[in-house]
Amino acid sequence: MLADGDEMRIIAGGQTLVPLMAMRLARPKRLIDIARIPDLAFVRKEDGSVTIGATTRQCVVEYDPVVRAELPLLAKVLPFVGHAPIRSRGTIGGSLANADPAAEIVLVAVTLGATLIYQDGTRRVEVPASDFFLGPMLTAMPATGCLVAARFPIWREARVGVGFQEVNARASDFAFASAAAQIALDETGICRRAALGIGAITPCPLRLDGIAEALIGTRPDQAGVRAAVESALADIEPLSDLHASAGYRRRAAAALAARAVIEAYAAAKAAEDAHAR
Amino acid sequence: MSAAKTFRFVSSDRRVREDRRFVAGKGRFAADIVLPGTRHVAVVTCPYPAARILRVDKAQALALSGVHYVVEGRELAAATAPLLAGLDTPKVPRRPLAVDVARYAGEWVAAVVAESRALAEDAAELVQVAYEPLPFVLDGEEAYAPGSPVVHAEHGTNVLLDRTFVWGEVEKDFAQSPHRLSLQVKWSRSATVPIETFAVLASWDPWREILDVFASVQMPRFPDQVALALKLPGSSVRVYNDVDVGGSYGVKRGIKHAVLAGYLSRRLGFPVRLVEDRLENMRGGDAHGPERNFDIEAAFDDAGVIRSMKMRALDNVGAYAGRSPFQLGKPIGAIVGPYRIKSVQYQAIAVTTNKTVQEAVRAFGQSPTNFAIERAIEAVGRHRGIDRLEVRRRNLIRAHEFPYLIPSGTSYDSGDYHAVIDKVLARADYGELRAERDRLRAEGLLAGIGIAACLEPSGANSTFEPLLNPKNETTTYTDSCRINVDVGGAVTATIHTLSAGQGHETLAATVIGEVLEIDPDRIRVVRPDSLSSLPSQSPVGSRMAIMLGGAAFHAAQKLKARLLAIGAHDLAIPLERAAYERGDVFDRTRPERRRSYGGLVTIAHRHFHRLPSGTEPGLAFTHIMQVPTGGQLPSADGRVQMYPCFAFEFHLLLMTIDAELGRPKIRRYIVGHDCGTVINPKIVRGMTMGGIAHGIGAALYEEFAYNADGQLVAQSFMDYLLPSAHEVPPVEIVEHVTPSPHTVFGQKGSGESGYLGAPAAIASAVNDALQPLGIELNSLPIKIAQLGDLIAAAKEKRTCNDR
Amino acid sequence: MRVDLSVNGATHALEVEPRMSLLDCLRERLLLTGTHAGCEHGVCGACTVLIDGAPARSCLIFAVQADGYEITTIEGVTPGPGELSPVQDAFCETHGMQCGYCTPGMILTAHALLAGNPAPTRAQIVEAISANLCRCTGYAQIVEAIALAAERIRGLNEPAVKP
Repeated sequence: MLADGDEMRIIAGGQTLVPLMAMRLARPKRLIDIARIPDLAFVRKEDGSVTIGATTRQCVVEYDPVVRAELPLLAKVLPFVGHAPIRSRGTIGGSLANADPAAEIVLVAVTLGATLIYQDGTRRVEVPASDFFLGPMLTAMPATGCLVAARFPIWREARVGVGFQEVNARASDFAFASAAAQIALDETGICRRAALGIGAITPCPLRLDGIAEALIGTRPDQAGVRAAVESALADIEPLSDLHASAGYRRRAAAALAARAVIEAYAAAKAAEDAHAR
Repeated sequence: MSAAKTFRFVSSDRRVREDRRFVAGKGRFAADIVLPGTRHVAVVTCPYPAARILRVDKAQALALSGVHYVVEGRELAAATAPLLAGLDTPKVPRRPLAVDVARYAGEWVAAVVAESRALAEDAAELVQVAYEPLPFVLDGEEAYAPGSPVVHAEHGTNVLLDRTFVWGEVEKDFAQSPHRLSLQVKWSRSATVPIETFAVLASWDPWREILDVFASVQMPRFPDQVALALKLPGSSVRVYNDVDVGGSYGVKRGIKHAVLAGYLSRRLGFPVRLVEDRLENMRGGDAHGPERNFDIEAAFDDAGVIRSMKMRALDNVGAYAGRSPFQLGKPIGAIVGPYRIKSVQYQAIAVTTNKTVQEAVRAFGQSPTNFAIERAIEAVGRHRGIDRLEVRRRNLIRAHEFPYLIPSGTSYDSGDYHAVIDKVLARADYGELRAERDRLRAEGLLAGIGIAACLEPSGANSTFEPLLNPKNETTTYTDSCRINVDVGGAVTATIHTLSAGQGHETLAATVIGEVLEIDPDRIRVVRPDSLSSLPSQSPVGSRMAIMLGGAAFHAAQKLKARLLAIGAHDLAIPLERAAYERGDVFDRTRPERRRSYGGLVTIAHRHFHRLPSGTEPGLAFTHIMQVPTGGQLPSADGRVQMYPCFAFEFHLLLMTIDAELGRPKIRRYIVGHDCGTVINPKIVRGMTMGGIAHGIGAALYEEFAYNADGQLVAQSFMDYLLPSAHEVPPVEIVEHVTPSPHTVFGQKGSGESGYLGAPAAIASAVNDALQPLGIELNSLPIKIAQLGDLIAAAKEKRTCNDR
Repeated sequence: MRVDLSVNGATHALEVEPRMSLLDCLRERLLLTGTHAGCEHGVCGACTVLIDGAPARSCLIFAVQADGYEITTIEGVTPGPGELSPVQDAFCETHGMQCGYCTPGMILTAHALLAGNPAPTRAQIVEAISANLCRCTGYAQIVEAIALAAERIRGLNEPAVKP
C-alpha cells in the first residue's frame, strides 16, 4: 500500500504523528493503522536476544518480565519516555521509526547495538542500529518500508548493571542531553564489558565504544569517565538551539555519561550472579 | 473589625459548592454549549511580523463545499467600531482583523465560517493573501529609541506612554544619602495560559434584536464593549454569566473574538462559534503578559535603609494597545512594596513592537514590580554587607505605622509584616535551614535560600485610568448583589459576572449565611445574564472577596433590617427592642414573644395589612457597592489612592542547583500569608498554591520567545513549558490575620497570592546559591542550560585566576 | 467511515470522518462534554479518557481507531445523577480544583491509579498526575484528594465492630 503513493503514512500509537497532523505539519491523505496487526506485537526471547514487535505498546514492554530480566537497560529507560498515557498508546516501533535523537528508546537501540527489521514490499531487511539512524527523524528505511521488529542483544555476563541519566527542562520533556550505560562485572568487581551511549546532543545518538572499551579491566571512577567523555566529544559540535548551547550539551553529556556509568557500576555490584540463578 | 471575632460560617472549612459539578464533568464551558445551526470559525493569520496586506482572495476558499463565508479586515472595519483602548491613543486603532497592515506574526487577517471547524481550517488554508513585508521591531528598547521602525505609522512613534512621576523630594534624598546603587532587572514575556483557550458562541436573534454571547471571559465592561464595537445598544447584547470559565487569571479578554463572532452571526443569520486552538491562542489570542525592563536606582544609608528610589519601567506591549499599558499604572499603588521608602521617581514607558498583543495578567503588573523591588533590596543588603533578612527588617513598614501612606498617594490599610516573617522563620526553623544549606554546599551542590517580602494589592480600582489618561475620569468601580426571598422563604442571591473557579457562589452564600445566621448551603446563588444584571467589574484585581463579599453583606443586612422592621411592627414593639436570631425576630425583653422566619416571610409576601406603612411587599434587596476608599481623581502631581486593601506574603525557600547540569531543585518552600479574614480557607489555600505554581513557571520555565524573524518560537505546549506536578514542590503555608478596616469582615483579596512573590523568591534563591561563584542574575526566566553555562564560565574564570 | 464505540458501557454505531479525533467524537457526537480540549497535541491531558482502564489522550486517537476498547469518560465514573464516587467526593473534600477544566482528566487518572495501587505514596500520586496539567491549583489539593480517596476506599466495607 505504501508503494502506491507518498501521501500514505503508517500510524501505530499516534503519539508523535497525530500532534503533527493536528498542527497541520504532517498532511497524509491516508493512514494505515497497523496497531492491531497481531503478528507485529510480541516480545520474544530467542537465542541470545530479545525481539520486540514494532507495534508492541511501550507500557507492555515496560512491564514485560522478559524485558525486565534480559533487557534491563530498556526497562530502565521506559519510565522516562513521555508520560504513562503516552506509553499506553505509543509503540516501540513508533519511537524507533521516528528516530528523534533525544528519544530514550533510540538511545538504547544504539547503545546496545540492536538490529532494526523492516519490511519493504516483500523484502525483509535487517539493519544494525549504527546504520539505521542517519539523522534527526531520518532513518535508512525507505518511505515504502514499515518497521516490523527490533532485536536487542542479551548480555550473558554475570553481574550486569544499567544506568540512565538525562537532563531536560521538566521531567518527561525531551532531553537536552542523555546517557545510557550497561556494565558487566566479574566476581571481584572489575568491569568485563561495557556499553555507553549519549543521546540528544548530536543528529543521532552516539555510541562511545572507545570509552566503553577503556572501562574494561578497571573499576570505573566518575571523574575519569567524565574527562574521557569530554575529550571524546571535543571534536564533535553538539546541537545548539534555544534550549541549550553546544557547550552546555557537551559538558552535560560528559557529566551524565559519568553518572550513568557509576549508576550502572553500582547496580552491577549489587546484582546477583545471573548464572547462579 | 476585631481580629479576635469568631464567625459562624466565615473562616470555617466548608466545601466549595461549585466543585460538585466539576468533578462530574458537568461544568458548562463555552465550547459545551450547543445551539442548533451553529457554524464554526477558523482564522487566517499573517505569517510576517509586519506586512502590508495587498490582496485577500477568497475565491478558492469559498468554492469548498460547506464553507459559508470569508470576512476580511476592511469589511469588518466598515461595520464595527474599533476596540476600546485604555490610553488616549486614537491613532492606534485595534480591530479583530487587521486592516491594510498586519502588525505581528499570527495577527488575524481573515476569518472563515464553515459547517465544521475542520472544514473551516481547510478553507482558511485556501484563502490567498498577498503581503508586502515591512520592516519590523521586536525589542522594547529599540522600539523606544528614535530611528526604529514604527508599528503604527499614523501615531508616529512606538511610544504609547512615557510619563515620569516624582513623589517627594527625590533629588534631595539622593543627594543626602551616603550610598547609591543602580541595577537592571528584566522580566521576560510569559502569561498565565489557562488550559481552556478562549471560546465564544454568538447568536443574533433578529426577532428580539438581541445578540446572545456565551464566552469564556473575564473582562470588565465586556458586554458594553461588545455592544459598542458592534454599534448596538447595550441592551441588545446579552452575555451569559453562568458560563464556567476554564481558568483565566487575567487573560481571557476575548474582545476581538466576541466582536468577530458577533458580527458574523448578525451578518449570516445563524449562531457562530469561535474556539481558539492552542496555536491560535498562543500566537494570536492576544493573551501575553508583561515584558518589562527595569532600571532602578536606590539611595540608602549605612544601615541599608533606603531613602529614595528611582525606577524606570519600560514594557513591550506588542502590536496594539488594549488595557495592557495600565499594567504599568496599577503598581503605582504599591510602588515601594512593603518598605518605608520616602520618595520615589517612577517613569512608566509603554511601547509597541511587532509582537503579539499583551493583555492583563494576574496582578496586572505587580509581580514584575515586586520582583524588581526585591532584587533592589537584596542589592542594597549586599552593598552594605547586611544579611538579606536583616536589611528587609530594617526597611519594612512597622505594624504600628498603619494606615501607612506611601509617596504615590495610596494608603496601605493594615499589616504586621514582621510578625508574619517571624512566624515563617519559626516554622522553617531558620537556623536549621541555613545549616542544611551549608551541609548541601559541603556535599558539592550549589545551595541557596530564597527570600521575598511582597504585597498583594486587592479590592481593585481603576484609578490608574485617570492617572495615565486624564481624558478618562473613571472613579467608580462597583460590584453588586441582589437577594430575593421567595414566598416559601427560600433565599436566592445573584452574582453578575462570570467566574473561573474562584468559588464566588460559595463566597456569596457564606457571607449571606453569616449575616442572616442561616446555613449557607440553604442559600441559592444564581447568575443572571448581563441584561438582568447589576453593575459588576468582573473578578479582576483580587477584588471579589471584598466587593462581592461586601455587596452580598450589605444586601443581606438590608434583608435582615426589613425582617426586624416587620417583626417589630407585628409584635407592636419599638424597633430597638426587636432582636434577630437565625431568621426569627423576638422581643428582647420578653423572648417568648416572637415571629418565626416563615411567619415574617408570609407577612412580607401575602399579608400587606400587617406590613409597616410605606413598606414594599416581597423581600428583594439590592446593593451596588463602590470600592472602599475609592472615588477620587488623582491630584495634579499624580497621587491617588489606588486599591483599598493590602495583603502580605513572605516567601522562604531552600534550593539546590546541580553544578554540572545547572538544574535547580526546590527542597523546601514555606510561605507566610496574611490576607486578613479568610472567608473560605480551602479557596484561599488553593489560590496561594496555584499562584506559586504560576510563579515557578514564570521564574524557571515559561517564556514567549521570539526568533530574529519575528516568529514566536514557543507556540505549543511542547515549547511553552507549564509546570506539571513534578515541578511544583510541596508548600507549607503559615497564616496570619491582620483584618482590613475597610471591609465587612476584615477580609482582603487573595486571588493573586503566591504569584506576587514566588518569582522574586526563586530569583533570590538562585542568586544566593550562585553567590560563592560571584554570579548575579536579575533576569527571568532562569533556565537550566543558562545556569549551566554561567556556572561553567565562572569556574573556568576561577581556575584561570588561580593559576 | 463507520465505527462501533463502546463508551461507559454503552455501544454506539457511528458514521464519522476518518480524521475526527476520539475527543471530538465524544464531545460532539455523543454529547459527552465532560472531556475537554486543552491543547490537542497530547501534552496537557485535559482530554484524558480511560482506554481499557488505562489513561490515554483522546485527542491523539482517531475515533475510527477506538473500536474494540472499553472507553470510560468522566460521565462513566459518576455513579448516578447527583451521586459522587469516593474519588469525586474526595476531590470535593480537599477542593482539588478551581476552574474544573482539568478535573475530569485528573479524576480518571486517579481512578486508574487507585484501581491498580490502593496505597500510593505521594511520589506515586505525583507521577500519576504529572501527565495532567493544571493551571489553577498548583496540584497540592489534588494530591491530597487522591491520598484521601485512597484512604477512604481502603476503609470501605470495613466492619464497624472489629472481631
